[in-house]
Amino acid sequence: MSTAETTSAPTQAPRKINIQVLGPIIALVVLVIVGALMNSNFLSYANVTNVLARSAFIGIIAVGMTFVITAGGLDLSVGSMAAFIAGLMILVMNYLLPSMGNGVPIILVGMLAALVAGLAAGFLNGFLITNMRIEAFIVTLGTMGIYRSLVTWLADGGTLSLDFGLRQTYRPVYYEGILGISWPIIIFALVAIAGEIVMRKTAFGRYCAAIGSNDQVARYSSVDVGRVRILTYILLGVLVGVATIMYVPRLGSASSSTGVLWELEAIAAVIIGGTMLKGGFGRVWGTVVGVLILSLIGNILNLTDFVSPYLNGAIQGVIIILAVILQRGRKAEG
Amino acid sequence: MTSATAALSLEGIDRSFGPVQVLFGVAIDLFPGEVHALIGENGAGKSTTMKIMGGYLSPSHGTVSVGGEPVRFRSSDEAEAQGIVMIHQEFNLAEDLTVEENVFLGHELRKGLFLDKKAMREETVALLDRLDCRVDPKARVRDISTPDKQMVEIAKALRRDARVLIMDEPTAVLTNREAEVLFEQVDRLRSQGVALLFTSHKLDEVKRISDRVTVMRDGHVVESRPTSELTADSMAEAMVGRELSNLFPKRSAEISSDIALKVSNLTVPGHATDVSFELRRGEVLGLSGLIGSGRTETMEGLVGLRSHEGTVEIDGEAVKITSPRDAQSRGLVYLTEDRKSRGLVLNMGLRENLTLQSLPRFAKPFLDQKAEEEALDKAIKDFDIRAPDRSMKAGNLSGGNQQKLLVAKIMLAEPRIVIIDEPTRGIDIGTKQQIYEFIHHLAAEGVSVIVISSEMTEVIGLADRIIVMRQGRVAGEVSGAEKTEDAIVRLAMGLGARETETTA
Repeated sequence: MSTAETTSAPTQAPRKINIQVLGPIIALVVLVIVGALMNSNFLSYANVTNVLARSAFIGIIAVGMTFVITAGGLDLSVGSMAAFIAGLMILVMNYLLPSMGNGVPIILVGMLAALVAGLAAGFLNGFLITNMRIEAFIVTLGTMGIYRSLVTWLADGGTLSLDFGLRQTYRPVYYEGILGISWPIIIFALVAIAGEIVMRKTAFGRYCAAIGSNDQVARYSSVDVGRVRILTYILLGVLVGVATIMYVPRLGSASSSTGVLWELEAIAAVIIGGTMLKGGFGRVWGTVVGVLILSLIGNILNLTDFVSPYLNGAIQGVIIILAVILQRGRKAEG
Repeated sequence: MTSATAALSLEGIDRSFGPVQVLFGVAIDLFPGEVHALIGENGAGKSTTMKIMGGYLSPSHGTVSVGGEPVRFRSSDEAEAQGIVMIHQEFNLAEDLTVEENVFLGHELRKGLFLDKKAMREETVALLDRLDCRVDPKARVRDISTPDKQMVEIAKALRRDARVLIMDEPTAVLTNREAEVLFEQVDRLRSQGVALLFTSHKLDEVKRISDRVTVMRDGHVVESRPTSELTADSMAEAMVGRELSNLFPKRSAEISSDIALKVSNLTVPGHATDVSFELRRGEVLGLSGLIGSGRTETMEGLVGLRSHEGTVEIDGEAVKITSPRDAQSRGLVYLTEDRKSRGLVLNMGLRENLTLQSLPRFAKPFLDQKAEEEALDKAIKDFDIRAPDRSMKAGNLSGGNQQKLLVAKIMLAEPRIVIIDEPTRGIDIGTKQQIYEFIHHLAAEGVSVIVISSEMTEVIGLADRIIVMRQGRVAGEVSGAEKTEDAIVRLAMGLGARETETTA
């Protein structure tokens, strides 16, 4: 449904715009067909749910990243932030276990801790970028190092493990779901739909695009530029918290290698989806398609022996560059 | 000048931007050792003419000749290679490099693989000496004064062996004393046989330093004769050339005696000091002054775009305005002079631009696209916005239509006090008239309007009363019969009350 809306919005030079809009979708469809032809298991229920559930973490984060990038920002810290929040969440739950006992309440407290930590971390990034006027790249490069180091320190160089009993209680959040759809997929879908609506249908979404295009114009148009910018980072932080909530039950542990390179995968998904890296134009559904494309490439390489899975990164890299070349085509037109 | 060969001459130059023709058969000859002034209202075609001379634009038709030989410049570099150098109003200097590095930027002297710093230093010193300029060649351009920067630009031009020097409003950014220094250099260059062309809005200085004046109006050369044959008045007449009463609608509405806005001791650090004024309901107040006199900054301070001190009362109530949002909630909005980089998001659609300033009204909580479309319909109708396609991007509209869209955007916020900065910058005469009518219409409806403009005729024709700023302060106020260009210019230049007039 969202696709139909997009095609009707920019009508200038329709033929070219359509290629821009449809590009990521066509790429996704081609990947699905290639995958199905190469391996009969590709479209099996087990494989599809597996791919989608694994995409969910990056996907949820990438939806938040779409807003940050659309508003002309960038956040390199999300992978480290996820690891730090995971570690924090595990420590909080383990700490409260003797007093609260095992059960749903302690899991909920852990989840709340993750959301609050995400909110605080996002606010910190946003505050430093907006109020202290430091480049987003520099601020989040700094916090990226800080969170990564903090989680290593908390784990004392090793791994933070959730209590075994708690792990059993928490496990269903990743491994179960309703109607055969696991929770991570459901949450990812809900976040994506909500994100699409916010981007397209609210003043906040419009402000993000306006600020990313030209923050001076936004300022002169009575838009509270600083507030909108901070909110994008807070939104991203909270979504990192949500992604972590879905991630911790999968392995029940966190270490310094948790969430490595998530930031780059999230940014790549956003770019492949057609959002402009320099801001001013973003689409959440495109980001979702971008996430799926990246996951499917890895999955197909794993399922077939046609190309070595070690070349996964190379193929993803080619796709990112191709996406940017397509973007430039659109810019030259406008 | 008798039968000398022109250093640079234009003949029968036409130039169009898309469907709009801005120059019609322009012919100008610049002779060595002559100072030529090019005057005309904004939008008369002076900049385009100069850009064609400097190789920044090519003519659609017509011939450019250097020393009698027809040439075709494909870039400003080619023009510079022929000794034709243009100095822009905004300097073209690398702020973080030193004076000497700037003088040689792109044309560095080398000794084998390395830069020959000693030779460059010596040549810079010699050039600056020739200009009688005392700036340190090792100083960073960021740290030197504005007139010194201009001297560096001129030194750069001389270094390239300029035979023709084109200066776009060189005195706009200078104080009177600084302008004097510039004029001395102009004299010096003239005696060295350089052909000079400059533009200026200050007719007294045109009268003083130029040998020949060319007047442009609406893309045509309407007058070109020795300065000695012209008075400031006859120049102004030639520039305007049409009955002002046709351009500016008659004011019929009564101005209320209610004070809508009272500003006391408004200080914007670095730009304005102790600015005080009152604005009545339904009044059009003009704000005049030279570029750099702090007009724009004062108003930006007032609406919270810059930090400021002082008291502001709206409808008799003291208000604290720290952001444009505060100002807008009090019914006070500011329309920027810079529509391309501050007014409109050029790569967004017309609808998105129109509603950006008033978006909360369309969010309930989801944006009501239908209401936005209706607002666009109304704006297109009310403001006569001519858009070939309503889903086009704002950046693809013509300048005049962009301005109308910007006005529509501001009006959608339903202001009771509106500050319009350069309402007609760079737009054609027909659209100008529409905007003037619109401003008067607004005032008649009881909206209070402040118009900032560099065009004298515009403030005089539009405003009931004019405040003139000079160096960040209110230099004076004129209204009624005193609303003359002469009175405003005197205040703007700090000459105080008028004594003897040049109305002979």
